Amino acid sequence: MSKAINFHYVVDGDDFTSAGEASVDIKRKLRQLGVDPAIIRRVSIAMYEGEVNMVIHAEGGTVDVNVYEDKIEMILSDEGPGIANVELAMKAGFSTAPDYVRSLGFGAGMGLPNMKSYTDDMKIDTKIGVGTTITMVVNLK
Amino acid sequence: MKIRDIKELLNADVLCCEEELDKEVNSACGSDMMSDVLAYVKDQAVLLTGLLNSQVIRTAEMMDMVCIVFVRSKKPTEDMIELAKKLDIVILTTDLRMYNACGRLFSEGLGSSKVNGDV
Repeated sequence: MSKAINFHYVVDGDDFTSAGEASVDIKRKLRQLGVDPAIIRRVSIAMYEGEVNMVIHAEGGTVDVNVYEDKIEMILSDEGPGIANVELAMKAGFSTAPDYVRSLGFGAGMGLPNMKSYTDDMKIDTKIGVGTTITMVVNLK
Repeated sequence: MKIRDIKELLNADVLCCEEELDKEVNSACGSDMMSDVLAYVKDQAVLLTGLLNSQVIRTAEMMDMVCIVFVRSKKPTEDMIELAKKLDIVILTTDLRMYNACGRLFSEGLGSSKVNGDV
């Protein structure tokens, strides 16, 4: 399967206010491509959660969205602290986010479980002190 | 119900996208926790919240919502209003508290529709 279209974003980790800009942009791009709105919503919510996570935990990172004929793939990479216990992190309600994040409306421990539930496939590749790469796929058919 | 009806029921001010007031909406949700909105909400067109930051606008956009009501007299910043304008999301502000605002809308027929996890 040849790569159809790639969108690359750098997520700024300094400013919580700007978190989510890439997800808003990808939503617009996918609309322009005529992707089914239900699919767009799943992709953009999963990416938004990932983007917010990157800003909270990893001082930003990069996002690549690859739109194939039959699927949309999102690759989120950061050079943050890594996830110590992936199994625990996947539990709904478990969060290591600092308290100030909760006052901003996030940090309920729903990010990773939500990303998994909105996508058809999710892989977490993480190493302590090196970083985390999350690959998510939403099938188009 | 139209967004215009929400404005009247909540005695709310319109801060942007006034031209969208005749849009029909069928359901709403109320939360200060955007994580929960992203996790549990499904097909709600209106978000009532007391949280005030840009993530509220982006969360609404991710969920395909068309109207945000800020309760407890919260006034969004110019940046937030600009972002909402770009995304065609109507911003309302009301002096009512969350419980009262939700109650008024619910009793006038604006339901919560289907929410993930509801039986």
